[in-house]
Amino acid sequence: MTEPPAIGGPGGAMELAESEGGGLEGKGPRPGRKGSGKRARSLWSDAWHDLSRNPVFLIAGLLILFLVLISLWPGLIAGRDPLSCNLGRSLSPSSTGHWFGFDTQGCDVYTRVVHGARTSVTVGVCSTVGVAVLGSLLGGLAGFFGGTWDALISRLTDIFFGIPIVLGGLVFLSMTGSRSVWTVVSFIVLLGWPQVARIARGAVITAKQNDYVQAARALGASNTRMMVRHIMPNAVAPVIVTSTIALGTYIALEATLSYLGVGLQPPTISWGADISAASEGMQFRNAPHILLYPAAALSITVLAFIMLGDAVRDALDPKLR
Amino acid sequence: MHADHSGKKQAREEGVIARKLMARAQAENAYAEGEAILEVRDLVKHFPLTQGIVLKRQVGAVKAVDGVSFDLHKGETLGIVGESGCGKSTVAKLVTHLEQPTAGTIRYKGEDITRLSGRALKAVRRNIQMVFQDPYTSLNPRMTVGDIIGEPFDIHPEVAPKGDRRRKVQELLDVVGLNPEYINRYPHQFSGGQRQRIGIARGLALRPEIIVADEPVSALDVSVQAQVVNLMAKLQDEFGLSYMFIAHDLSVVRHISDRVGVMYLGKIVEIGTDTEIYEHATHPYTQALLSAVPVPDPEAEEGRERIVLEGDVPSPANPPSGCHFRTRCWKAQHRCVVEEPLLIVPENFTDTAGDEPVHHPSACHFAAERASVMPPAEG
Amino acid sequence: MSLLEVRDLHVEFHTRDGVAKAVNGVSYEVDAGETLAVLGESGSGKSVTAQAVMGILDIPPGRIAGGEIIFQGQDLLKLPEEERRKIRGRKMAMIFQDALSSLNPVLSVGYQLGEMFRVHQGMSRKEARAKAVELMERVRIPAARERVNDYPHQFSGGMRQRIMIAMALALEPDLIIADEPTTALDVTVQAQVMELLADLQREFNMGLILITHDLGVVADVADKIAVMYAGRIVETAPVKDLYRAPAHPYTRGLLDSIPRLDQKGHQLSAIKGMPPSLLEIPPGCAFNPRCPMARPVCRTDEPPLYEVDDDRASACHFWKEMFDAR
Repeated sequence: MTEPPAIGGPGGAMELAESEGGGLEGKGPRPGRKGSGKRARSLWSDAWHDLSRNPVFLIAGLLILFLVLISLWPGLIAGRDPLSCNLGRSLSPSSTGHWFGFDTQGCDVYTRVVHGARTSVTVGVCSTVGVAVLGSLLGGLAGFFGGTWDALISRLTDIFFGIPIVLGGLVFLSMTGSRSVWTVVSFIVLLGWPQVARIARGAVITAKQNDYVQAARALGASNTRMMVRHIMPNAVAPVIVTSTIALGTYIALEATLSYLGVGLQPPTISWGADISAASEGMQFRNAPHILLYPAAALSITVLAFIMLGDAVRDALDPKLR
Repeated sequence: MHADHSGKKQAREEGVIARKLMARAQAENAYAEGEAILEVRDLVKHFPLTQGIVLKRQVGAVKAVDGVSFDLHKGETLGIVGESGCGKSTVAKLVTHLEQPTAGTIRYKGEDITRLSGRALKAVRRNIQMVFQDPYTSLNPRMTVGDIIGEPFDIHPEVAPKGDRRRKVQELLDVVGLNPEYINRYPHQFSGGQRQRIGIARGLALRPEIIVADEPVSALDVSVQAQVVNLMAKLQDEFGLSYMFIAHDLSVVRHISDRVGVMYLGKIVEIGTDTEIYEHATHPYTQALLSAVPVPDPEAEEGRERIVLEGDVPSPANPPSGCHFRTRCWKAQHRCVVEEPLLIVPENFTDTAGDEPVHHPSACHFAAERASVMPPAEG
Repeated sequence: MSLLEVRDLHVEFHTRDGVAKAVNGVSYEVDAGETLAVLGESGSGKSVTAQAVMGILDIPPGRIAGGEIIFQGQDLLKLPEEERRKIRGRKMAMIFQDALSSLNPVLSVGYQLGEMFRVHQGMSRKEARAKAVELMERVRIPAARERVNDYPHQFSGGMRQRIMIAMALALEPDLIIADEPTTALDVTVQAQVMELLADLQREFNMGLILITHDLGVVADVADKIAVMYAGRIVETAPVKDLYRAPAHPYTRGLLDSIPRLDQKGHQLSAIKGMPPSLLEIPPGCAFNPRCPMARPVCRTDEPPLYEVDDDRASACHFWKEMFDAR
């Protein structure tokens, strides 16, 4: 074979240097989305970019924003006292100033629906935070350290996973005397964490196997550093997705428990309790509004959070990237 | 080798103090070119096979690395080649302390670093760094390039004062041929070749003396592969690095290595200079491996003999007795079943090439050169 | 008439970042009994072209924006999907890089091989099994009779790839497209599989398209080579001519950048820069930003495939210079 003729000079370090310098323009980061080629784009900002253009997210986000606002300041749109009731107006249909009518106790349904948002949002958000923290902590420990930790925590997860949540609620909560929002939240956290723990464990194990964690170890990084800098940021996405979707189901769960009489008790206003009251003695047959409005509020709220979770999952799913 | 090993043991017992003094003196003086900076002896790594979930019991072991010894000299590149599952990547992980060996010793500048932990280990890690195969999983996607290359300085703050780091990171980017202004970008904004450069920059940050590169170019396109190989060669000259270059591609290994070790089923079967291995291979496995490598030249391919091995690589959980290669070897005899060949310079060395005899260790009872496994020489 | 003729094929992908032009006017021919190697790096469009020929392109996001694919005299792109499905498997078959994920892990290999005969030829279970054993023997799987009921994971990588080849061969197609068939295999196994493929191709007088990024692998099995870059063919030539005297700077750069087993050097002459993004292919010759011979005309005029010889073509304005400089 003949020696292949050299192209452009004798090769060597010169050419390498030239390739570095000369190539720099062309070899900049691959052109990204229009207009963002020069900007540094983290995966989080990419996810946000996707989210902010997703109509599902926008609708869900607006609904949730509205819910949060009225939970913080229900007086904004419902000035009456939800506890001042007049039995004389029991089951009256809607009228001017009382759009949703009155319930069995003669309370204004509109005011109660608006004030009920606070309970639902509080239970939903607090349970989710509790579940996410406890679940990722235990799941993370199991995934990161493996071995005995993993065996113990995984068995514990299985045990708690095996408890049917509604039946568990009926048993545990009926044993408690007075139940506040915090009793219900604690119960949900206690039985809800295994779901997140499983996800977190899997995510940590996946992240741990990445070469960049090995690279950090080879550099002499401590366990804390590997966990905080490398594993957690890469394992947190599935936990966020599961938690957001679970938030809606926790709200529904609180309503279910309240409906079954083991959830919140008066004077706490809860959609679930109101639905329960409305179905007592089949009163909603004559006055459907007392069931319809709290049920609709509950459905829309749960739907909004599940839609949010869906949109977040779409944005964070690395497979689409 | 066993006799040699026990001899060493004795020597160690006799001269512990002397050795320690010497080691210290050596560590203080910069190592001269060509001295053994890393000595690996009888390295073994078995991964236990367990059954049961809560009560685990061991039912066997995968013998990933099964008695490997070699030296790495200052400023040289030692290539380790072998097919998938031969244990070459495990050797890389053992040397970089990502795995703990089951047995054997690793000495860095004469000091035993096999079982170090804590501070001492951290100090050694500064000097032995790693470059990974997959440029897509070896960089944390949530960190900027500046954070990735700067992380070594966070972990070893004594190397660079805080105010100095940004400049150091930019210098490193420049050294590996990337635009220093890319410091705030994220890995997914770069191509495979550029990412591998980032990985190399991270490996260089602490100014290590040894870089263990595990298949650093096998995930890259051919034209980019050459750029990265050239970069590694340039950096070696510039910083006096010693490389352990692990790859399955014999051509790339020959290109960059001064010496080459060939691994099969957890053992080194032949080791020597690139000429000794590529031109004067004496182990049947090396010969088969060489004969199978395609050469991008149809004319050179003609007249080349291809040794086709029978069967598959046996499971490392249950390797054959005696010589591990005997089940696929055309030279295998009864002796190979009962007696494990040692990695020594063959006594009955017969030189068929006609050049001056080339002596290098080969773990075969019937080691001998074989003509025409390589493409015919140019001309 | 050629067995397969691809004419001026264009394929686009609609991504969220814009339109990626994966294939930009590719033309090639394969005759019965001929092996065409399509060589290119990732993103060169070599696999996308093959997928378009096979009719397994994901549409959307993919879209065939123009061209003809003429197989045994008929334009496949004009055929209804029903007709194309009949051609796949029977008349043309494909072998993929990753044999493990191409085989169903819960069915025995014998069942999967026999399925072809049961579905296409209505054979009984027993006949199909006998056929499966025959096929396994044909691709030289040792102890085929005993192993016919084994599952894919019980075979080594090389054996799995043989099973894939057996599957592709089952209905004796006229054309086989092998997409990086040996890339995932160890070097000693690579050679065996490539040899097997070449032997079978001769035996059945099939057309074979070998898609690869590795020049070395195809050196002694291919008849002619088409080199692709950024969705275009930049050079076609008989194998030996291409190695001896490349007529395109990209081909030459590629040849020079491969480390060789029989040569020890310290510096590889690398091609500078990196392949362009398919979203933004440079105007003129797509290779011009990386080309050591580039001149102003290369930045403005896209070179056509110049005829260099009877059986050679090069898409370089200055192919003559490359020849003379030799």
